[in-house]
Amino acid sequence: MAWHETLEKLDRRWLFLIMGLLVAGPLVRPAGLPLKVSPPVQSFNDAIDKLPNGSTVLMSCDYDPSARPEMVPMNRTAFRQLLSKDCRVVVTVLWNAGPGLVEETLNDVAKEFPGKTYGVDWVNLGYKAGDDAVMVLMGQGIKNAFPRDYRGNDTARLPIMQNVRDYSSFPMLVNISAGFPGTKEWVQQVQSRFHLPMVAGVTAVSAPEYYPYLQSGQLRGLLGGMAGAAEYEKARGEKGTATKGMDAQSLAHVFVALCIVLGNVVQWVKRREAA
Amino acid sequence: MKREVPLFLTAVIGVFMILSFFVPHQWVSVPADFLQASAVILVAFGYVLGGANALRVNFDAIYKRSPGWPYKIVLVVSLITTVVVGAIEGRTFLNEHMRSKWIYDWIYSPMSSTMFSLLAFFIASAAFRAFRIRTVEAGLLAVAALIVMLGRVPLGDLLSDWLFQAKWLPGAPHTLHLSSLQEWIMDVPQNTAKRAILIGAALGVMATGLRVILGIERAYLSGED
Repeated sequence: MAWHETLEKLDRRWLFLIMGLLVAGPLVRPAGLPLKVSPPVQSFNDAIDKLPNGSTVLMSCDYDPSARPEMVPMNRTAFRQLLSKDCRVVVTVLWNAGPGLVEETLNDVAKEFPGKTYGVDWVNLGYKAGDDAVMVLMGQGIKNAFPRDYRGNDTARLPIMQNVRDYSSFPMLVNISAGFPGTKEWVQQVQSRFHLPMVAGVTAVSAPEYYPYLQSGQLRGLLGGMAGAAEYEKARGEKGTATKGMDAQSLAHVFVALCIVLGNVVQWVKRREAA
Repeated sequence: MKREVPLFLTAVIGVFMILSFFVPHQWVSVPADFLQASAVILVAFGYVLGGANALRVNFDAIYKRSPGWPYKIVLVVSLITTVVVGAIEGRTFLNEHMRSKWIYDWIYSPMSSTMFSLLAFFIASAAFRAFRIRTVEAGLLAVAALIVMLGRVPLGDLLSDWLFQAKWLPGAPHTLHLSSLQEWIMDVPQNTAKRAILIGAALGVMATGLRVILGIERAYLSGED
């Protein structure tokens, strides 16, 4: 059997095996490939850096465990950057399966700041059903939309919420989003309507969708997928899970590229032989 | 009346909500705020209806022994168990060693991540078997895809460094990096196409909204056009 026929009839489980090994190998033994911080990621970092210390920032974490490897690293680094600037962070979640994971992520980072207290320096308002309608409702009043936080506390009694009314109370919205409802809806319903400056961290597959908003200035910065999260970690001088995952992602991308090329070479040879 | 009343309500509320964008007076803003809050409550009821519907459809499939009915038993049992455990534990579900938290941390979360991770394997298989370059357009798409795919990861830059700074290729542009090419593709051609799609979609949404308000589009009532 000719080589191209062997490849054409190749059991796809071989491809799965190679992909598995290429992803698992670097996770076990990372090579530490050098990263370069791209302009959208640098803008994301700079936009948060330029916030006055002690500001109260709105952070919407719109994802669930399916997007964990991409979303959690960027959420962790952004929350860490905000706390290190003594910003107070009001967190909301618009994905019903998200609050547990978001709470875990926030708690992990908050432990690094022993002086920061829940309810004073940060609060997780949890999930509210309604997608875009919740965003609009928050424009009437944050406490009105979230009368209780994720832990069941009366929002109006929390010290962090004393100076929070609506979107005008925040100098910036940091959105970490894996899809709908997420960045697109925040831009359309809140940024354009309430003129709230905004940065976003999104999944790699959806990142191209937000480039028009980035170019128009509606987004001040953009993190795209695990690569964006890894670059953000580099910009912050951190070495988190995204940086560790980049070697695996690099090899996976190269393998997929090879599959595209090889698949087409096989078809090309087959067509030539037939002709 | 069964059809006219919903059409009338849709038209009045639709026009009213558009009006609320332009008229800040409290006679408009207060009812508009009330309607928005009502929308949130309606969505919450949607979850209850969704759950009830999932049960009805799956019970029916199990009763009729439709293909894959044993999986539907797993679905129904999981659904009921999660709801019952959550309802019993109430607000304490966040505490350590609670069953709700255990279900979320050790069943839902890993299963959800696994489903997403499987994409990597299927993408590799699809890239090998289905990504066929038969036309010039498909060729352009493939070249752009390869540049973006490789330019997004650190290995891409190492590859371009090796390729363009190698001694066997004298006079090659040393500044040419896959990451720079990738950024250009994302910023210029991709952005142009995406913007056009966004504008087209926005116009489509406005047209559909207008059709609903005017009662021309009635599919949302009972499936009729």
